[in-house]
Amino acid sequence: MAPHEFQYNRGFLAHTPVPLDKSEIDKVARLARLRIGPGEADAVAARIGEILAMIDELQAVDTAGVEPLAHPLEVRQRLRADEVTEHDRRDELLAAAPASRNGLLLVPKVIE
Amino acid sequence: MLHLSVSELSAELSRGAVSSVELTRACLERIERLNPVLNAFVTVCTASALEQAGQADLARAKGDTRPLLGIPVAHKDIFCTKGVRTTCGSRMLRDFLPPYDAWVVERLHGAGAVMLGKTNMDEFAMGSSNETSHFGVAANPHDLGRVPGGSSGGSAAAVAAGLCPMATGTDTGGSIRQPASFCGVSGFKPSYGRVSRWGMIAFASSLDQAGTLTRSAADAALMMRTMAGLDHRDSTSVDRPVDDYPNELDKPLRGLRVGVPIVHFAKGLSAGVEQGIRAALAQLEDAGATLLEIDLPNNHLSVPAYYVIAPAEASANLARYDGVRYGYRCADPTDLDDLYTRTRSEGFGEEVKRRILVGSYALSAGYYDAYYRKAQRVRRLIRNDFASAFEHVDVIAGPTSPHVAFAHGAKADPVQMYLEDIFTIAVNLAGLPGISIPAGMENGLPFGLQIIGPDFAEARVLNVAHQFQQMTDWHLRVPESAALEGH
Repeated sequence: MAPHEFQYNRGFLAHTPVPLDKSEIDKVARLARLRIGPGEADAVAARIGEILAMIDELQAVDTAGVEPLAHPLEVRQRLRADEVTEHDRRDELLAAAPASRNGLLLVPKVIE
Repeated sequence: MLHLSVSELSAELSRGAVSSVELTRACLERIERLNPVLNAFVTVCTASALEQAGQADLARAKGDTRPLLGIPVAHKDIFCTKGVRTTCGSRMLRDFLPPYDAWVVERLHGAGAVMLGKTNMDEFAMGSSNETSHFGVAANPHDLGRVPGGSSGGSAAAVAAGLCPMATGTDTGGSIRQPASFCGVSGFKPSYGRVSRWGMIAFASSLDQAGTLTRSAADAALMMRTMAGLDHRDSTSVDRPVDDYPNELDKPLRGLRVGVPIVHFAKGLSAGVEQGIRAALAQLEDAGATLLEIDLPNNHLSVPAYYVIAPAEASANLARYDGVRYGYRCADPTDLDDLYTRTRSEGFGEEVKRRILVGSYALSAGYYDAYYRKAQRVRRLIRNDFASAFEHVDVIAGPTSPHVAFAHGAKADPVQMYLEDIFTIAVNLAGLPGISIPAGMENGLPFGLQIIGPDFAEARVLNVAHQFQQMTDWHLRVPESAALEGH
């Protein structure tokens, strides 16, 4: 077998990282409900830029006419009779909650 | 005894040479002695394990001869265990006590296996070295300065070091096969849908699949016979008969067509691994198989496609960790948004946060088509490559990983770490069964041969792996790590 180039050694890191500005990082962190400290923003943006550069390899592929594949098993979901199959496990499930009272989950006040 | 296979241990139990309580106690003692250096277990269930072992001995005395009865098992800490802390390697679930058992746990318990405890893993299964675990990295029993691989690194290290004869794992991009390769054990990932994901903490739902880490392919067959099957609680669990894997192991290899992907033998593959894998393929040929070069033209796109799809699915799956229903909650939240944001920022580690950000970005308005839909189209091309190959071959075989285990801290760069899975990730994107079995050593460290089959050809993959293990003894090598024996 002839030696063959494969991507392991192709040096994705040599690709130009996709630059992400601070407003984009802030927006995506907000969507994900994650806080990025002011001191971390540049490092996080740089790392994500490198990952996006690696992912950018996909853009060069001709996928015209190729249907997206969401799932390896392209089968229809099974249906079942509309019957109650789960018993009430409220107390058991609430036991795992960080805060609950009277069968309810507690969160900080949402209405002023 | 601590390095015997499941079937050998089962025979010892049957003839009364040892009891399950004695066997379980021996495992627990070895865990107590070696876990401080290996960090393979995050939770050990001493009392319940001995109780289950006692019950197994009683059942055996009454004539029960099921193959897994009384055999100790360790579960990756991604499988929910009722009343037993299930952390997923994360601070977020550090104190989580699930109210139910995962299907896999339920099935192995039902078959009489004895649960020793829960094994270390990369946080939420995101990693290839075990280094992202909130509980610290696990060590490779062959060299304590090296990683066991990941994300099922604790399970692989535990089986390799003789802490338990069998363990469960999960594989989203190589998380069973790569640590199996690094630790010198057999790691089997079934087809997507073959084993129910019920109670298995979700990372990327269209890729995650439960499997096994064992000392032989025959042991994987025994575990799979118990773990495979239809479960209505997982809508992707397949409704098709489970083959009798243990009874299909003995089929000779004569006439088997083995596809060898040329893209898996390229620059970047370590010389020792290449030589060993070529020797392994030659052994299959000697046993009557035919080797055929195959092309997987889109294989190089598997890592980029995966790093869109898996983070996108993860960002959705991990949205549930918000400090409200279970898991970590930040102290003194000022309002609901502060509760969500601070809980997640404090509860998740760096790599998990990074993947959530990448996934959220890929799914966000304006990028969805360019990233997510594009990756799904490429995913079909990758699956089609395998379908074309399997028109001409029965299995595909090559290296599991381009090299042996690396040192702790050697891959600090995320993208370099992602490229670790270059030979395994495409199998998950396509949903196929694959195994890594020990096939050689380089500088005293093991590496694996990966065997991939078509959809639901579990029996064939296990058969080929077993036949290889009948001709070789790589899977019987135990770690000679001086540090390990010093303990």
